[in-house]
Amino acid sequence: MNHHRRILLKSTLAASATGMAISAGLLTPKAVLAAWNASAFEAKSVDAALTGAFGSTSTTESDKIKLSAPDVAENGASVTVTVKSSLPKTESISILVAENAQPLTASFDLSPRTEGAITTNIKMGKSSDVIAVVKANGKLYTTKQQVKVTIGGCGG
Amino acid sequence: MAKTSSTIQVRSSVKKGVATIKCLVSHPMETGLRKDKKGNLIPAKFIQNLTCEHSGDTVLDAELNGSVSTNPYLKFAFSGANDGDTIKISWVDNTGEKDSGEFEIPTRRR
Repeated sequence: MNHHRRILLKSTLAASATGMAISAGLLTPKAVLAAWNASAFEAKSVDAALTGAFGSTSTTESDKIKLSAPDVAENGASVTVTVKSSLPKTESISILVAENAQPLTASFDLSPRTEGAITTNIKMGKSSDVIAVVKANGKLYTTKQQVKVTIGGCGG
Repeated sequence: MAKTSSTIQVRSSVKKGVATIKCLVSHPMETGLRKDKKGNLIPAKFIQNLTCEHSGDTVLDAELNGSVSTNPYLKFAFSGANDGDTIKISWVDNTGEKDSGEFEIPTRRR
């Protein structure tokens, strides 16, 4: 159920544009149904990914976000990253890897009940800054950490 | 009876009303950017959306890219939970394949 509601919400925003695209036969129904934000995830740079995800690249550095990742990762195929936000009204947490072909790795929308902390494993092609972007009370906050990768995780 | 899932494994616990969920999904998470030995691109296959529902709320709504590791692992926590509550975790990948499972948060042994 929730999935449908989500699709509905997202598609309402883009309704006019998508509607025109469908009638013009530009989009297949599958592409229309996907709630996945392709313009953000397929972006090739951090700024383009932020614009796609949030419509803005203006972020504020914050020490209320704690990003924990290894300084040196032996295997770039699986790097454990934890983001903890103590900012009030944390709405979403996004993880980006600056040097990956597609920087935006994951984006987590949190409910008011959800704690502002996420741990996940990511792939890193090479040594890079790992960037956490937290949306809290409508504003974007960020912090980053350099991770050195000795073996890349993207087939390279 | 909770519906289990072959691709989703969950470890969960509740302490003072806060549920901590550790979730491991079996999935290749192929980026679509990698090449095989012959130099052909391996088609993309990765989870795009993963949600966790608890008593009517979507407590986590994750959008993932192919750059999340093979067999993605997620750990998160939410409040307002009790021993024995059920959570539902669902995922769908870019090819439309999907799976979901319901998991009971076990009662803590005392």
